[in-house]
Amino acid sequence: MSTAAERSATEAPPILRVEGLNARIAGQQVVEDVSFTVPATGITALLGRNGVGKTSTIKAIIGLIDRAGVVELAGERIEKEATFKIIQRGVGYVPEDREVFSELTVAENLRLAERDAAPRRQLVEELFPDLLARSGQMAGTLSGGQQQMVSLARALLNTNKILLVDEPTKGLAPKIVGEVAETLAEAARTVPILLVEQNLHVVRQLAEGVVVLSGGRVVHTGRALDFLDDARLIQRHLGVSSDTASHGETAAEPAQKGAAL
Amino acid sequence: MSTETDTSSTGGSAQPAADGGAARRSRKADVVGGPGAGPGGARPGAGARRLVAWASGAAGVLLLVLLPLLNISLPGVLPGPSYTPGSLQLLAMSMLMAAAALTYHLLLGVAGLLSFGHALYFGAGVYGLAIILQNFDIPLLPAMGLTLLVVIVLAHVVGSISLRVSGIPFAMVTLAFAQAGSVIVGRNPDGRTGGDEGMTLRTDNLPDFLVGVVNTRNLYWLALAVLVAVFVIVTWVQSSRAGHTAAAVRENELRVRVLGLQPYLVKLLIFVLSAILVSVIGMVFLLLQSGAVPRAISSDLTIMLLVMVVLGGVGSRWGAVVGGVFYTILDQRLTTLANSEAVKSLPDILRVPLSEPLFILGTLFILVVLFLPGGLAGTAERLAQRRRGTSAGSGGTETPQDILEDAA
Amino acid sequence: MSTLVLLLFTGLGLGALYFLVAAGLSLIYGLMGVLNFAHGAFLTLGAFTGWEMARRAGSDNWGVFLLSLVIGAAAGAAFAAFTEFVLIRRLYQRHIEQVLVTLGLSLAAVALFDGTWGTDPVYIQGPAWFKDTTDILGARVPNDRFVCIVAALLVLLALVFFLKKTRYGMIIRAGVENRSMVTALGIDVRKAFTLVFTIGGAAAGLGGVLASHYFGYVSPMLGGSLLIFAFIVTVIGGLGSLTGAAIAAVAVAVLQQFANFYLGGTGDFVVVLALALVLLFRPTGLLGRTA
Repeated sequence: MSTAAERSATEAPPILRVEGLNARIAGQQVVEDVSFTVPATGITALLGRNGVGKTSTIKAIIGLIDRAGVVELAGERIEKEATFKIIQRGVGYVPEDREVFSELTVAENLRLAERDAAPRRQLVEELFPDLLARSGQMAGTLSGGQQQMVSLARALLNTNKILLVDEPTKGLAPKIVGEVAETLAEAARTVPILLVEQNLHVVRQLAEGVVVLSGGRVVHTGRALDFLDDARLIQRHLGVSSDTASHGETAAEPAQKGAAL
Repeated sequence: MSTETDTSSTGGSAQPAADGGAARRSRKADVVGGPGAGPGGARPGAGARRLVAWASGAAGVLLLVLLPLLNISLPGVLPGPSYTPGSLQLLAMSMLMAAAALTYHLLLGVAGLLSFGHALYFGAGVYGLAIILQNFDIPLLPAMGLTLLVVIVLAHVVGSISLRVSGIPFAMVTLAFAQAGSVIVGRNPDGRTGGDEGMTLRTDNLPDFLVGVVNTRNLYWLALAVLVAVFVIVTWVQSSRAGHTAAAVRENELRVRVLGLQPYLVKLLIFVLSAILVSVIGMVFLLLQSGAVPRAISSDLTIMLLVMVVLGGVGSRWGAVVGGVFYTILDQRLTTLANSEAVKSLPDILRVPLSEPLFILGTLFILVVLFLPGGLAGTAERLAQRRRGTSAGSGGTETPQDILEDAA
Repeated sequence: MSTLVLLLFTGLGLGALYFLVAAGLSLIYGLMGVLNFAHGAFLTLGAFTGWEMARRAGSDNWGVFLLSLVIGAAAGAAFAAFTEFVLIRRLYQRHIEQVLVTLGLSLAAVALFDGTWGTDPVYIQGPAWFKDTTDILGARVPNDRFVCIVAALLVLLALVFFLKKTRYGMIIRAGVENRSMVTALGIDVRKAFTLVFTIGGAAAGLGGVLASHYFGYVSPMLGGSLLIFAFIVTVIGGLGSLTGAAIAAVAVAVLQQFANFYLGGTGDFVVVLALALVLLFRPTGLLGRTA
């Protein structure tokens, strides 16, 4: 079976290879025999309806939940390692719902994330000038968009082999969604990204490849545009019509309509 | 091979609510009150095995009933032949402790409540009855009824406050309440509890057949009856609607709430029920010991019950019974050992640890938690399964670790 | 008035002891979710080693007293680090089993103390100044109260400095809030676990030496009786909150002293009542995070 990775980057080996990944949360299977690869460049989108195991897949890759199977980062097996060691190998993780430390200041949140000997503080300051101005503020008092910036900045401070970014636009105002997308596009020029995203407009704008999950399994892989232009596939796997999808409707939640363009 | 039985219960709505978020387990068929959801499940062969278990249980009870009439010696376990008061006293004590451990099993193994205040109700039974018999001229049964009334009120008050929190905070809060009880007894208000000395049972209004060393075997039979009754009641509660709901609450409180049931009330019900049972055990304990001692209401007693349940195997009724008997007898034998000449002549480095039963029991407890999850019952089960050649069915049944996780 | 002042300082002294126990308990629970029943044993070991040392070196001496504080804290810290490293770490993330192990450890340790030092209290002597009193607003306050208060204040300041100003302090604060996210930033949070246990053990060991001077004796039961009030303090203060523990320690101890004096020895009972009220109206404690 030819994957998105093989088609879009026939030359370079994939940066991340997942094969036969299974994961459980409190005894319940949430990821079932998932296999895919992420090419060494560009953004690959991980799509699927709510609750199909996208976040669980990301968490299983870095060992935040119990998992079994093969996970390979730049050719090295990592599925048995502790989370902090996987991250130290060069994985940047931007979790769903930001997960900033609300009782630490912005500056402390960033300092905590510094792994490299020479963290790229300057880059982060240029990307998020707003954060510099608020460095003494408790992260819990920031707006959702600002918290997302902190969360992204924590990942971008270090040199990574890959970024795992989980629903970065969830619940954000349209203008902020645009800014987040721009930041990701900028980051993707130097580091490959595996992106979970409900907003298909953002997917269309950023992603080169897609991996689609349903019921904890991979049901489709391929080029992003091929998938997004195929109304039948979108209807089947995401449960929305391609008409709304092409207008940037989110895949599932009506509540998020306001967030889409 | 056992099979996963989730998704069968909620009619296809078993999709996790949010990706990786609130999705909680459904290890066994956690239908509330549904058929076949009882402990043990409905695996082939389980019915026959259960029959064997009940039959051997009945035979064991029969043997225990006859024991005071027989002359059986178990050197190293019993201090003398089985008909002697010393042996009967020890056996009666271990049966009462086994019964008390069963009531703790109801809290921890069934409802997932890690209480550190269970001694409060045991102690309320002991001291309540002792004080009432001391101060009022009423016969035993009304006195017991009166004590029970006090316990019911007490358990409702403490339970309804403590259950506002769960997990570790619940443990701390129940401990604090029990400590208050312990402190009151220690303070000896108006000279009613005897303080550190404890109090001697006033026997004026007791029936003659329960008084004196010559009647130890009557007390033995009483203790046996209490153990059997508590076992039957706990079994019945576990298989009742309330028991199923409590187990479901333990596994997944949110889902039970969605089903429109009241987790709080179910937990309170189990809490009060186990308090009532343990207070009755406490009353019989008073008769057996013919006195009340502060230890009966101290947190040490709760910890002892917890140790028994964990030693025997969390989540197992037989485990609680075995743990209770094993602990009581071991404690007694270790105390004898500690005072023996053989230990006294040892060098300090061996003498000091060996002369402290609690050191040995505490260490044993740590080792069981670390290396024998499932305690005695779990280990026996694993061995039996290995002999039968079946694999340890982790898919269908709950492991003690699961239950402990639920209590967190 | 003088009674009031005396009660207040006695309460503050007791509160200082509660705080030294509760600080470690609260941080350990906040970061690791472990209710540490062995914490009382850390304290008792600190008290006995401090006393053993002072007994040999001559007790009526400030230098010896200060040294006994250091030794007591070191003993508590070593015991705590051992506990985390050998017992707790194997049961990573299994909170109830961790509690059970600390429970077994406290049983075994107290039994061992019984066997080594006997069950009877050992009466102790400090520098002569401890037994003197200082006149404050007409009240004659025993000086050992001030020693406890000053020591606890210094520990509080040191802990706040450590938590606010050092990288490990930052990791601990972040871990109390969201442990898994700390590991997801590439940080080995287990090092912080050992550290928190060690710091908690040191505070408890120090508290043990101070408690032996406050009460005038050491006994194997010393830790256990303080531990229960420390549990109450951590719940009232809010699990995981150092400031909450400090405030609640003082409030609980002062309340206890006043109730003991004015309400006929009902101090312990009033404290439990206060706990019940806090739980009824604010189940997360005074400074606990609302879930």
